[in-house]
Amino acid sequence: MTRKVDADFPKDHAPDVQRMSAKLAAAILIDGVIDASWLFIVAVGLTLVFGVLNILNFAHGSLFAVGAYAAASAVGWYYGGEVGPPFLGYLLMLGAALAVALILGPLLERGVLRFFYRRDEVVLVLVTYALFLILEDATKLIWGAESYYASEPYALLGNVAFFGLSYVGYDFALIGLAVVTGVLLWFGLNRTVTGKIVLAVIHDRDISRAMGVNVNRVFAFALTLGVFLAALGGAFTAPKISVQPGIGITVILLSFAVVVIGGLGSVEGAAIAALFVGFARAAAIHLVPWAELFIVYLVMALVLAFRPEGLFRRASARKI
Amino acid sequence: MTGVVGTLAAAAIAYAALALAGYAAPNWLVPVATLAFSKGLVALGIVALMRGGLVSFGQGTFYCAGAYAAGMAMRSFGISDATLLVALGAIAGLILGLIIGPLLAGYRGIFFATLTLALSMIVYGILNKTYSLGGSDGLNLHAPSFFGYHPAGSESAGYALFLFTGLVTVIAAALCRVHFDSVRGLLSHAARDNEIRVEYLGASVRWVNGINFVIAAVLGGVGGALSALSLGHIDPDFAFWTTSGEFVFLAILSGYVSVTAVFIAAILVELVRSFSSQYFPNTWQGALGIFLLLIILFLPGGLGSLSLRLRPIRAKPSRAESENLK
Repeated sequence: MTRKVDADFPKDHAPDVQRMSAKLAAAILIDGVIDASWLFIVAVGLTLVFGVLNILNFAHGSLFAVGAYAAASAVGWYYGGEVGPPFLGYLLMLGAALAVALILGPLLERGVLRFFYRRDEVVLVLVTYALFLILEDATKLIWGAESYYASEPYALLGNVAFFGLSYVGYDFALIGLAVVTGVLLWFGLNRTVTGKIVLAVIHDRDISRAMGVNVNRVFAFALTLGVFLAALGGAFTAPKISVQPGIGITVILLSFAVVVIGGLGSVEGAAIAALFVGFARAAAIHLVPWAELFIVYLVMALVLAFRPEGLFRRASARKI
Repeated sequence: MTGVVGTLAAAAIAYAALALAGYAAPNWLVPVATLAFSKGLVALGIVALMRGGLVSFGQGTFYCAGAYAAGMAMRSFGISDATLLVALGAIAGLILGLIIGPLLAGYRGIFFATLTLALSMIVYGILNKTYSLGGSDGLNLHAPSFFGYHPAGSESAGYALFLFTGLVTVIAAALCRVHFDSVRGLLSHAARDNEIRVEYLGASVRWVNGINFVIAAVLGGVGGALSALSLGHIDPDFAFWTTSGEFVFLAILSGYVSVTAVFIAAILVELVRSFSSQYFPNTWQGALGIFLLLIILFLPGGLGSLSLRLRPIRAKPSRAESENLK
């Protein structure tokens, strides 16, 4: 039983579940977690970049798109010519994301963003908005306006039955990838020297500089890591969707919501919020389909109304 | 009071010049300018907010509200008088602003920006699914009348709408100038610099920002109604975040020093858009992005800050004023 590749974003329907509410709940739960997995990978990159550089990166969605395009091209080439064993395709997708990060990360940081570091947060959002516009057109110039499909890796892992519902194995692998990403990131930040330096810069960049930390290098590193996470999310979502212009917009709006709900700069917050948003979307799709377009923003507005700093961010003192 | 009188006189002269220019201008330019003024009004609202240090990424909410208020009044009640329709747009913006304003009063910086963005996306989502309001296709509108005058032929209709939009624009711009130069308007600058200091001096930042927000909401509604009339069509894209992003772009491009700069920027952008979408349809967005980067990098105060540089030496900007621009 194969699932059709949806032209829209990964929203996992299981039309046969409507009869039993237990089944429905299970479906919402599983769909929500699957949705949350790629969302977490993307959003945690966004939140990390915000934590370190204090930039809410609007171009993050375009970087997701670039990752998706790069992976789709690579996958198309690999499976089209039967170059090697099928399972190495996953490694290729990882490589595509890494390549995107290593090219675009330093380029954006050294080439553009460093000229704006001292500016106001809101102005920085505009700078990345400009980057977003530029990247959107650049991807259209490179990959054209047609859709790319890279469904081979999606079918490779077969199907899994769960509570009597059939799921594609790849989706569960994606959950695994999100967990691994989260654990590695947590470990890297909290248990390694580089990570501690990054945390120090997040805490106070001026003091870090005074203590001899090369803050500019940390900025470049953090941005590259952020680009990698965006591209990784894109690369591993690519097999589930049709890669076409405009996917970056959906992603940036969703991951904005995740990051703001979780609290800007918080990794744990991004994880919890990704689940929140995943469940909200899955519940909307199964129960009130017409609300799918805005349920996420509704959740975000509600959370912000009660916790203006998001779920996991400590309120900061106002400086006089 | 000479400041107020001077502003009003300048507005009257500007309007006369505008009417003449519109009469002499080539036919294709008139609708472009009409739409530019309508959008400029919305951007002027963001400028009002920006003076207090807030940037709204969701002015599409009010733009859309104004457009739909005018559109529904025309379709459901057969109202075709432009003045009445624009007044309804303004009222829609006002009501929505009064509801949303207090909710957002405690937010600053990116939180304010993202929340306004979220609200506009909620409006967008709801409108897309509201089939009685045309759903995602939107609704078509017919040409408005002006104080009982029904222009015949598309050319005179276009010119009449231009004159009307110009009049609304000039009045709104003059009122904004008067407000910006008033004590309450100037408090916005102080609030942007240091809220706590302003509070200790006895003024209410909440009140200052609240008034700016309502002004922006009303201007958004007026701009939306005028855009609806000049486009002859309304759809949920009025509330989409790219529409709001365009208004922010205009506001950044013009800066908050000069009110006139907003409309010059609006016309410039609208011209660039119509040319580049004709000659380079696939790269104009990117060109806009590069343009925006260059403006932020080299002209952080926007186009309007050029007027400060051009001023004769005796009217040099005060230190506070030029500090503000950094």
